[in-house]
Amino acid sequence: MTGRSELDRFLRTDPRDVGCAQAMEMLHIYAELAAAGDPVEERYPGIAAHLRACGPCGEDFDGLLTASRDEAG
Amino acid sequence: MGRLGSIVAMVPGDSGVEQTPVAAGLDPDSAEWLRGLADVGPRREAALARLHEMLLRIAQGEARRRGPRLQLTGPELDDLAYQAAADALIAITGKLGQFRGESRFTTWAYKFAIFEVSAKIGRHFWRHPSVPLDAEDWDRLPGRFGFDPAQEAEWRDLLAALRRAVDEVLTVRQRRVFVALVLNGVPLDTLVIEMASNRNAIYKTMFDARRKLRAALAANGYLSDDCSRRS
Repeated sequence: MTGRSELDRFLRTDPRDVGCAQAMEMLHIYAELAAAGDPVEERYPGIAAHLRACGPCGEDFDGLLTASRDEAG
Repeated sequence: MGRLGSIVAMVPGDSGVEQTPVAAGLDPDSAEWLRGLADVGPRREAALARLHEMLLRIAQGEARRRGPRLQLTGPELDDLAYQAAADALIAITGKLGQFRGESRFTTWAYKFAIFEVSAKIGRHFWRHPSVPLDAEDWDRLPGRFGFDPAQEAEWRDLLAALRRAVDEVLTVRQRRVFVALVLNGVPLDTLVIEMASNRNAIYKTMFDARRKLRAALAANGYLSDDCSRRS
């Protein structure tokens, strides 16, 4: 059942989640390492957990990664 | 240049770089940015113009990237990008002393443009809400999670239990955030403005609400009883 699994996924919380403030503070470092192919999810699991769960911060990360790649290219 | 001139007039004169000497090991491009922005007169103005041009390019790209999903187009989107670039320039020049060289200067600067685009989008939806921010229509709930109306018999009890849990286990603030974000689909950055709060505080409120709701549903056998560890 899609709805049940989607609700379950939404309600699950990861205790490693660092929250928006720390993720936003580190986002430029995280994005630059990610753009370079660094295994950032292993290096910063708390930020990775947050970016998976927080729509706005995940969107900012996607934007920053896109901008970094576009400007580098 | 007229528009940039009015922005530059708002830029702090003291860059703050003096308190943070250009770090040894900084890449040459980042060091050049810091030198230019810490300079005075025409060289600083040239650096500010170059920075503004870069921020505008990033903000426009980000606005275009997000625009289609937000149904924002044309002059409205352009204006949003210009405002984001201008505010990012002011934020960056006020925080130059906080740049520690942990990334390239440009990546650090892009971040401000991206954040400002997010903030401007949040403000746009606060001014033009698609549903009243304090509405409470529980009929939206099945659609939010993709429950199939044809199989209502399978999920009716689960969602009734969720609604009971929202009423019984959440604080007033948690309930308000849940209703706005989940039922009404209010963007988090818009709710930040509505509640005069910040992204971290709203997220934390919703994080705690999610944890409590899942525990309540698990305790009553509606969801599996494993601990919420990994996604």
